[in-house]
Amino acid sequence: MLPFILRRLLTAIPTLLVVVTLSFFLMRVAPGGPFDLEQPLEAKVMANLRRIYQLDQPLYTQYLTYLGALLRGDFGPSFYFRDFTIAELFRQGLPVSMRLGASALLLALAIGGPLGVLAAFRQNQGADYAVMGFATAGITIPNFVVAPVLQIVFGLTLAWLPVAGWNDGAVRNTILPIVTLALPQIAVIARMTRASMIETLRANHIRTLRAQGLPATTIALHALRGAALPVVSYLGPAAAALLTGSVVVENIFAIPGIGRYFVEGALNRDYTLVMGTVVVVAIFVLAFNLVVDLIYALLDPRVRLG
Amino acid sequence: MADAILAVRDLRVRFRTNDGMVEAVSGIDLDINPGEFVAIVGESGSGKSQSVMAAMGLLASNGEATGSVRYRGTELLGLKPAALNAYRGRKLAMIFQEPMTSLDPLFRIGTQIAAPLRRHQGLSRQAARARALELLKLVQIPRPEARLDAYPHELSGGQRQRVMIAMALANDPDILIADEPTTALDVTIEADILNLIADLRQRLGMAVILISHDLGLVRRYAERVYVMKDGEVVESGPAETLFAAPAHPYTQQLVAAEPEGRKPPVPPYAPVLLDAKNIRVSFDLSRGIFRREHFVLHAVDGVDLTLRRGQTIGIVGESGSGKSTLGRALLKLMPSTGTIRFEDRALEPLDRAAMRPLRRSLQAVFQDPYGSLSPRMTVGEIVGEGLLVHAPQLNRAERDRRAAEALAEVSLDPALRNRYPHEFSGGQRQRIAIARAMILNPALVVLDEPTSALDRTVQKSIVALLKDMQTRHALSYLFISHDLAVVRAMADTLMVMKDGRVIEGGPTEAIFEAPREAYTRRLLAASIKEVREPSPVRRGLGEV
Repeated sequence: MLPFILRRLLTAIPTLLVVVTLSFFLMRVAPGGPFDLEQPLEAKVMANLRRIYQLDQPLYTQYLTYLGALLRGDFGPSFYFRDFTIAELFRQGLPVSMRLGASALLLALAIGGPLGVLAAFRQNQGADYAVMGFATAGITIPNFVVAPVLQIVFGLTLAWLPVAGWNDGAVRNTILPIVTLALPQIAVIARMTRASMIETLRANHIRTLRAQGLPATTIALHALRGAALPVVSYLGPAAAALLTGSVVVENIFAIPGIGRYFVEGALNRDYTLVMGTVVVVAIFVLAFNLVVDLIYALLDPRVRLG
Repeated sequence: MADAILAVRDLRVRFRTNDGMVEAVSGIDLDINPGEFVAIVGESGSGKSQSVMAAMGLLASNGEATGSVRYRGTELLGLKPAALNAYRGRKLAMIFQEPMTSLDPLFRIGTQIAAPLRRHQGLSRQAARARALELLKLVQIPRPEARLDAYPHELSGGQRQRVMIAMALANDPDILIADEPTTALDVTIEADILNLIADLRQRLGMAVILISHDLGLVRRYAERVYVMKDGEVVESGPAETLFAAPAHPYTQQLVAAEPEGRKPPVPPYAPVLLDAKNIRVSFDLSRGIFRREHFVLHAVDGVDLTLRRGQTIGIVGESGSGKSTLGRALLKLMPSTGTIRFEDRALEPLDRAAMRPLRRSLQAVFQDPYGSLSPRMTVGEIVGEGLLVHAPQLNRAERDRRAAEALAEVSLDPALRNRYPHEFSGGQRQRIAIARAMILNPALVVLDEPTSALDRTVQKSIVALLKDMQTRHALSYLFISHDLAVVRAMADTLMVMKDGRVIEGGPTEAIFEAPREAYTRRLLAASIKEVREPSPVRRGLGEV
């Protein structure tokens, strides 16, 4: 197991390098720069700025400089949020996004999984139709519709919860964004669990358990473990996406996470911010895929790591 | 019979399908006495499996059973699962046709055997484990201690079926139901498993219900037989009288369904069609980044073979012996080393494009009549497709006419050529596959287990068809099979393969009469039930 993890970590290095290189040059191909304003700056000011931020150097020098800094863990200064380094921005925003994402993921698992199991056992009955109807709604209704509706209902009409704001992470402030993030995930997890559960319940080894006169709980346990496998593979990429924040949800609820940096960084040609975001997301994706593979091997003895 | 432990009366099983209600079992009566070995025989679709599935409460969710199934007087039909669980796994145990998938791949063997023990006998974890070990010893699994902690994928099919038997025996059932327990296994393992069941029945005094399409097996082991056809019991009685004097025409047909006739050898001056020397096929199974764990599997390991015009060489062996791989290598469907000469042309230097014109003469028919026909083409298109490549000058009407002729030659109604494969039965599909090969007038046809997926009566007709085609078109066959009864009827020459090598070869009858190798003798012994002489029945069973 340890050699497997080490090998996977080693292969992550070239993957990251490709991701960094591609996004570095792609972004520079896009027209415009970090200091382009509606009213152009004076040429001398612009030249000074470009010199300070080393944008006057040849592209490959900038690339190598960036790589070198990255190796030392230095993401560089932000071009847009002038007083902050990228590391500082992430240090503030990442914990916020991760807390919301992790809560949403746990909530989605805790609700979506059991709903899927229920639907599978009540296949083509009322409960099944209810769950699947809810799931279809959860997948199709976009979060920029769900979020305002929640704000209106729970924030304004009922006035149970704050409409928006972070308030240093007070629990009351996190509920609506977590629910908004979790809803589509609940829907997807419920659908996947139901589908793979139904398939497992039809398997020959489940028939064996029935023939042995084992109770429904034992059968459910065996079916659940078999059905968990496809859901687990979905959770890797889903976790990476959730933990790195959501542009829409963070904007609507005015939450200081890193989700908004995706858009703000790109719009403002904040080169270092975009690069930093890309690197962080890539690391999350690689890490969670590794975790999923480990869990998979734990669940399924037929899988051999190597 | 008053003392029957299982009494089935007017059992009907229906399934709701898109075509309305389909009746699989239409009112059957069965009686199973304590300690009795009963067989239910019939071809696929006769309802034999569904009748016991109904008794065990294992029908698919669209199925329903009516009538009566009484175990020692208690009605089992209509019981809720929880109430039924007092009987199944405890008094009535069952093993299935699919040993490869009947165990949960995610749980250890020991845990799975312990589950019914803990449930029905309330044993502690340790006690259940100890008993599981005893059971594994009882079913004669090698290294039972190690097997307790193994996962199903680490066991062979035969071993998994032994584990299934161990689980079934866990609570000393009164009745063991074995639904085609050996159909998915090799012939030599088949005999081992059934001997084990027969022996355990003797020692434990339970009744056995064997469900099988294989008359040979039934004749060898069962005391009493029910013959089922189209959901009904058409005949029943003691095995000996039933087989000696079958009363119902269907039973007579079944008993007579074993392939007959022998293939006379070709004259020694018949021209050589295919000459292969030192054929090897290897798979590199090395593992690790730098292939540190070096391991090469020789699936075919230096085989020589000479096939004359009109000759049929039967290649027999268990699964994994390399017989199918050899067939594919000779057709150049798989890379191999060695020399292959076909009609005095060396095949090994030819690339794919150069092989193409020759493909017309080298055809193949495979085992799976379901998977080898494209479901999206009509039968006429499937049969005529080869002409597109090998006779491009033909127009559509002409191709269609030839396809119709080819279908007629395999005794299928040419009017059906606009239908799709799923509308045909397994035997009909195999006829379509044969027509597809024959339309190109090949010289050599590799027949890879062409009859293994078919019922005996259908098998017999396919064998007759193939022999008829052979005499009419002077074909040479390479007949690959694990079924020695069919091979004996088809092939004049026999090659016995084991671990990629030919361990014995020669005229078929000579080998059947005096096999030299122990392995050949085992193969023959395992299929002795197929031989139509009065059988040395129920060996190892004692007198009952």
